[in-house]
Amino acid sequence: MSYEIVARPHQQNFIDWAKNKPEVLVLSADLTNSCEVGKWRDTYPDRFFSMGMAEQNMLGFAAGLAREGFEPWVHTFSVFLYRRPLDQLQMSIAYPSLKVRLVGFLPGIMTPGGVTHQAIEDIAVLRAIPNMTIFEVGDATEAQSILDVAHAINGPVYIRMLRGEVSRIFPANEPFVFNRARVLSEGSDITLITSGISTEEALRAVPLLQERGVSISHLHVSTLKPFTDPLVLQALKNAKSGVITMENHSIVGGLGSAVAELMAENAIGIPLQRIGLKDTYAHGASQKFLMSEYELDAQALVKKVENALGRSLNIAESELQEQRSVSVHSSAKVEAL
Amino acid sequence: MVNQTDVDIERIEKIARGIRERVLAHSIANNGGYMSQACSSAELLAALYGSILNFAPLENPIDPPSFIGVPSVGEHIYKTGAQFHGEKGPEYDRLISSPAHYALVIYAALIETRRLREDGLEHFNRDGSTVEMIGAEHSPGFETTTGSLAQALSQAGGIALARKIRGEKGRTWVFMSDGEFQEGQTYEALQAARFHGLSNLRAIVDVNMNQCDGPMDTVMTIEPLADRVKAFGWEVSVLDGHDIPAILAAAAKETDKPHMILCYTDPVRGLPILAERAPVLHYLRFTSPEERARYEEAYQEMVK
Repeated sequence: MSYEIVARPHQQNFIDWAKNKPEVLVLSADLTNSCEVGKWRDTYPDRFFSMGMAEQNMLGFAAGLAREGFEPWVHTFSVFLYRRPLDQLQMSIAYPSLKVRLVGFLPGIMTPGGVTHQAIEDIAVLRAIPNMTIFEVGDATEAQSILDVAHAINGPVYIRMLRGEVSRIFPANEPFVFNRARVLSEGSDITLITSGISTEEALRAVPLLQERGVSISHLHVSTLKPFTDPLVLQALKNAKSGVITMENHSIVGGLGSAVAELMAENAIGIPLQRIGLKDTYAHGASQKFLMSEYELDAQALVKKVENALGRSLNIAESELQEQRSVSVHSSAKVEAL
Repeated sequence: MVNQTDVDIERIEKIARGIRERVLAHSIANNGGYMSQACSSAELLAALYGSILNFAPLENPIDPPSFIGVPSVGEHIYKTGAQFHGEKGPEYDRLISSPAHYALVIYAALIETRRLREDGLEHFNRDGSTVEMIGAEHSPGFETTTGSLAQALSQAGGIALARKIRGEKGRTWVFMSDGEFQEGQTYEALQAARFHGLSNLRAIVDVNMNQCDGPMDTVMTIEPLADRVKAFGWEVSVLDGHDIPAILAAAAKETDKPHMILCYTDPVRGLPILAERAPVLHYLRFTSPEERARYEEAYQEMVK
C-alpha cells in the first residue's frame, strides 16, 4: 500500500481556512516556521503575534484575547504547551473554558530533540483537566479537516498535530468527524485501536495479519477526550481474543488507559495489551529508530497479536519492511527542529 | 469656593476609611482576615474605585449571586464578578485584580462605592456563596481566576491587546501585589506588553513589602523594583501609596508605554496595633480573647 505524501499540509490550508475568520489569531513562541505558520504570519501580519520563548505568558495572553471574543490558535511544539505552563493552561484557559486552540507539533517520539522535546504524557496530563477537548490527527486529511472541528468547540482544545511530509491515508473527502472513529477493517478475533502516527504504522502489519487468517477490527481514533464514541465501545465488545491499543505516547494515561477505563466500566472481560512507551522517557534519535527501540512499531503489533492468539504467525521482519510504503518520510528524512 | 479636587480627595479618604473599618469589623467578627492588605491598599483601591476607573454606573448595588457552578464547555451561562464594575463598553476601563486573597478588601471597596450591597460581606466565606475568601472569577469585582498568583498581568495583556486591535478607548488596569514580582511570569508579561505596544495597559501595585513568610527582604528581595520594571521598557511611577493626590496624578499621566504605578505602602497604616504581630502580618488570626478585645477597642477608636 502506498499513500500520497502531502508536503506541509497545515501551511496553506490554515491560511485559506482563516481568510474570512477575522477572529482567528495566531500566537507563536519562536517556532513559527517549525509549526508551518511562517507564511500565515506573512499573509495576516495583523493577526499574528510573536510571544517569544515565554509560554506561560503566551497562554495568559491567549486567555485574555479569548475572553474578548478572539480565537487564538497557539502554535508551538506539543511539549511546550502543557509542561512548563501547566498552571497557566489550567487556571487561565481551562477553568474559564475559553476558546483557545493549542496546536501541538511533534508529539511523542516524532522529534529527534530528545527528552526535552518529547511530549510523551501530554494526553495523560490533559485528559485529567476538566473542560479540555483533545484531538490527535493521523494523516494529512485529518491535519486539514481538524480546523473546522476544533473551531466548533466552545471551550479549550488541544491538538496533536502533524507537519512536514505527511501521508494521506484517509480520502480528502472524508474529513475528521468529532468523536467518531474511522473503521479501517472489521473482524472478530482482535480489536485494534490506534491513534496518530501509530495508525499508519499499524497498517503495515494489518494486511499481513489478515493474510495469516487473523480477523481484525481496526479503528483509528482521533478524539481522545471526550472518549465516548459508541463505535469504539461496540468494537471492544465484539473482540473475542483480545484488545490492543497502539499510541505514540506513554501507556499510562493515554489511549490505552482510556480504552481500559471503557472496558472496565462496561465489563468487557478480555485481555487488553497496550503498545506505547512503557512508562519510560525516550531520547534523541530518529522516529524509526525509536519506534523500534521502544517497541512502538509494526513488529511490536505482530507480537501482541501473537500473544493474544497464543500462536506464532511466522511473519518475518522483511515482510514488514516491504510494507513500509513511506520510507522517504519516515526513515530517511531528518526532521529539523 | 470649594476646590473640586479637594472634594474628590475627601471622598476617596472616606472610602479608604470605610475599607479599613469594614475589614477590621469583619476580621473581629470572624476571628480572622487579610487585615494588613486592607491597611496597605485602602487608599490605592479607594482611588481606583472612587475616581480613577471609568466604569459604567450601576443603578443599585448588586446582591452577590449564589454560586451556580464552574464554567464548562458549551454555552457560558454565568456572569463574572466584573458585572460589579458595570456594563463593559469600548470607552470604559477594566480592572483585573491579581492578588485574589485581597478579596475581602476588594469587596469592602465595592460596598464603599455602592457596587456591592451593604450586607454583601455577610456572604463572605459561606458555603455556596460567590463571596469567597480567595476571589475567583465569579466573585464580586473579579474577572479572572488568579489565586495562583502572577497570572493576571498576562491575561490583562491579552485583554488590552484585544482592545487595541479593536481601537477601544478604555484602559485595562491590573491591581497587583508586590510578591508577584518573585514569579517569572510577571517579567514575561512585562516584556510582552512593551513589545506589543500596550500603552492602554496600566498596573498599580501595592508594594507593602510583606508576604506570607514575613518581610519580603527576608524571603526573596524584589528590589530595585522600579529599575527592574523600567528596564523592561515600562513607564514607572513610584509614590507613597497612602498619598491620594500622588496616586491620582500618576494615574492621569499620559504615556505611550504601558504604565506601572508602584505604591509603597505601610501594612499597618491606620491600625498601629497590628505592628505587634510583626514580622508576620499576612493573615490576622487572634491568639486570645484578650487580643481580640484589644482589636475591638482599636475598631471603636477607628470609627469614633
